[in-house]
Amino acid sequence: MSAGKLQEILSQGKFAVTAECGPPRGANAEVVWKKGALLKGYVDAVNVTDNQTAIVRMSSIAACAHLIQMGIEPVMQMVTRDRNRLALQSDIMGAYSLGIRNILCLSGDHQIFGSQPEAMNVWDIDCMHLIHTVKDMRETGKDMSGFALDEPPKMFIGAAENPFADPFEFRVLRLAKKAAAGANFIQTQCIYDIARFKEWIHVAYEQGLTEQVHILGGVTPLKSAGMANYMATKVAGITIPEAIIKRLEATPKEKAAAEGMKICLETIQELREIKGVHGVHIMAIEAEDKVPEIVKLAGLYPRP
Amino acid sequence: MIVGQQKPLAEIKAEVVPFSKLLILGCGTCVKTCFAGGEDEVATLASSLRLAFKKDGRQIKIEELTVERQCEDEFIKEAAAAIARNDAVLSLACGAGVQMVANRYAKSPVLPGVNTTFIGILEKQGLFTEKCLGCGDCVLDVFAGICPVSRCSKKLMNGPCGGSHGGKCEVNPDTDCAWQLIIDRSKDFGQLDRLSTYVPPKDWRTSNAGGPRKLVREDHII
Repeated sequence: MSAGKLQEILSQGKFAVTAECGPPRGANAEVVWKKGALLKGYVDAVNVTDNQTAIVRMSSIAACAHLIQMGIEPVMQMVTRDRNRLALQSDIMGAYSLGIRNILCLSGDHQIFGSQPEAMNVWDIDCMHLIHTVKDMRETGKDMSGFALDEPPKMFIGAAENPFADPFEFRVLRLAKKAAAGANFIQTQCIYDIARFKEWIHVAYEQGLTEQVHILGGVTPLKSAGMANYMATKVAGITIPEAIIKRLEATPKEKAAAEGMKICLETIQELREIKGVHGVHIMAIEAEDKVPEIVKLAGLYPRP
Repeated sequence: MIVGQQKPLAEIKAEVVPFSKLLILGCGTCVKTCFAGGEDEVATLASSLRLAFKKDGRQIKIEELTVERQCEDEFIKEAAAAIARNDAVLSLACGAGVQMVANRYAKSPVLPGVNTTFIGILEKQGLFTEKCLGCGDCVLDVFAGICPVSRCSKKLMNGPCGGSHGGKCEVNPDTDCAWQLIIDRSKDFGQLDRLSTYVPPKDWRTSNAGGPRKLVREDHII
């Protein structure tokens, strides 16, 4: 089976652009089609989240399959929170049979933050194990039990990293572990604190890690000072420097979204100049219509 | 120790309402230490229940007894006469104790008065914290003496996740991030490099995932 577009672009050393599509809270495929239509042609691949923030939604696999039908390459996000190793492996095989070629391996947000906090979590394996498992399937053709699979899935493997979480000195070490486990690309948490991001990737670059794994910097355009404050204080793992919050607060309300967009474009510009950054991952949460504009204004359009 | 917490009075009252003669059976080991089911708690609960039923205009005869340990047949034998003269037993032991009593006294309804919560320690006066999940395959040697199975909210073998902030867990800002502790302690021992090694998935067969567990000590069987 041929490699996907994302793998091709990254392996050719081109700057990749990915975006995100959150599936609907329901069985309405039209939501996926609409989001897909907005993104088509502007990005190289579209991440489909897996019960993001532990809120039950249409499955990532199904939404990915809808995107494939539209001619869009998906990155299937898969969390180890909701399924044990048996279910994860069978879903990876099923996903591959549907034409899904990229996977983003995650541990997942804790269910306490979601819509059904009374649920039992699984975490039979963690994201590092999932990366390892997908790599083993690809390279040895075997599942976790060592059984040789009839047409093993050959996925291009992604993982997440959060350079803004603590302890900082361990963040590069964990990146190295993910690379060693088999991650081919990394999509980072939303970058607002560019100084800290630079510090992180500099160490990774010095250690040769950015040669082993493609780093895509995550960005999310802020719509208002309120959103910035909310994300800075309520969303786990996100850091927003005071200067950015002040900048939005100083902007008249009706112009805040435009200012947020400007900040996002400045971040992308900076990212493009950083050694070791191989692309950008635009997470315009419920604002997919903004992605084409971001891609065009950032000078990343047309896509290869 | 096994840490437990006494159920709310209203819940206990609803459990015992069908009975007019009740034995409150305390346990003098773990649950005594965590103030959930020792002699003192038995006495306090008995008074509260008597008062609560009196307010409803109902009489209930409550007898109090505490044995050394409800998880050992040797000790619950002592309760035979008291159990026989009552309609039901409200056990303030952990879940194991409740079932041990129910197992021996098949004809008496045995009700739980305590929610068994975790295996933990008395961290400081009035604070008990979870330290072990009883997974049956201890990995504390790998993680500098800090257990990620019971103390990391996501049971990560290769943490920390992206939600570790200022040494605290994203799930609860009052909870220490186990991985921050693992890293700090490994550093203190000069063993930080050990954490760069991939830790494979856990074999959960030794845990409750393998079904109810049994431990046979042939050398102790007479």
